[in-house]
Amino acid sequence: MRSEVHRQIDLPLSEEDACSLQAGDVVRLTGPVYTARDAAHERIMQLIEAGEKLPFDLDGQVIYYCGPAPAPPGRPIGSAGPTTSYRMDTYAPALYRRGLRGTIGKGNRSSRVRHALKTHGGVYFVAVGGAGALLGDRIRSAEVIAWPELGPEAVRRLHVEDFPVIVGYDCHGGTAFVGEKPLE
Amino acid sequence: MREIDVARITDAVAEMAMRSNVELPGDVVEALRAARERESSEIAREVLDQLLLNAGRARETRLPLCQDTGVAVVFIDLGRDVHLTGGPLQEAVDEGVRRGYEEGYLRKSVVRDPLDRSTNTGDNTPAVVHTRLVEGDRCTIHFAPKGGGSENMSALWMLTPAQGREGVVDAIAAQIGAAAGMPCPPLVLGVGLGGTFELSALLAKRALLRPLGEPSEIEQVAELEREILEAVNETGVGPMGLGGQTTALAVHVERHPCHIASLPLALNVQCHAARHMSVAL
Repeated sequence: MRSEVHRQIDLPLSEEDACSLQAGDVVRLTGPVYTARDAAHERIMQLIEAGEKLPFDLDGQVIYYCGPAPAPPGRPIGSAGPTTSYRMDTYAPALYRRGLRGTIGKGNRSSRVRHALKTHGGVYFVAVGGAGALLGDRIRSAEVIAWPELGPEAVRRLHVEDFPVIVGYDCHGGTAFVGEKPLE
Repeated sequence: MREIDVARITDAVAEMAMRSNVELPGDVVEALRAARERESSEIAREVLDQLLLNAGRARETRLPLCQDTGVAVVFIDLGRDVHLTGGPLQEAVDEGVRRGYEEGYLRKSVVRDPLDRSTNTGDNTPAVVHTRLVEGDRCTIHFAPKGGGSENMSALWMLTPAQGREGVVDAIAAQIGAAAGMPCPPLVLGVGLGGTFELSALLAKRALLRPLGEPSEIEQVAELEREILEAVNETGVGPMGLGGQTTALAVHVERHPCHIASLPLALNVQCHAARHMSVAL
């Protein structure tokens, strides 16, 4: 099932692997990722401010900005494409500072996020928005690990295999987005 | 007078909710395929390949094309010789949405209160229903689930008449350039030109129902559609904002006479998952 054409990256992501990636690289991810979007980020930040334990250890991990559709019978998850990342831009730098290695979403991000990637050796992957069937089909398992009452916004641990993404921003200041310049 | 039981409307809405979210219309697939052939950028081709693959996987697995299965937007063209029986129309449509979104494993994406966002309505109701009285004894229902990412990049301007054609093209191209990758390009753009403040928005939404690649029947309007498409594609935003020639697949303009002092312009942005389906009862 593993793609031969594209570079394979195993998760969790080492700093070495993260920093070997260049904006515009087409890669396939295999390993654990954690879903969190607007509401979960708000709660994660509250825990950080209160000095409490987070639902998962951020170190070397990748967060997927995703609120999946319900799982039909016999499948671990429903349609599961990315949501727009900029809404999480307020939170992302603090998480990268605490060891988060990567995020997956869609669309451009703020320069604060790009600077955080450069400072902390992180990466931002773009998944193709609206490819929820294809992406959901590459998720082998899904387990809610925090805040089930948030429904699609709950935090889930996923295991992805051959999950197609493109490097949007790398840890050297590079960007794959049109109309943006690399960071100095 | 022909009688139609609203239970049939419920059934039709439920079925269209389930099918439209997993079956990308053939006109959209064709447009994506043609764009794939035109693109020279490797990343743009990769994105379009994934979208074509996605359309196939959605059909096979019955997983929705996109996890954002939208707010249910329903256009009803009701023949004036039809008498609806069996209950209120809005309730019948909502019941169809409730059933379709539950049985189709579609995401429920509606909050009760726009400011207090803590309560999801739980069944994706209420549907947004636009009813129009037409001639005849048929009831035509168009179902178009609308995702949040692209809807958020939509806009409405009250231009001055002096801004004219150039002002229209520039406003749209600037809006799409600034939206970049956020509305999930390649896009379909619905444009409402003229009318009043609220009518322009409705025209823009209705323009999205037209099959892709079918230009306006009015030659001047078709020419404007081509001009806007060209300007939008010249932004270079490309598929998912990662660069390329295909920022929009199609532009559909609907126009209407307007006040001598006004030039209303509405832009409804639709992502590439341009889901729409219709049935005539």
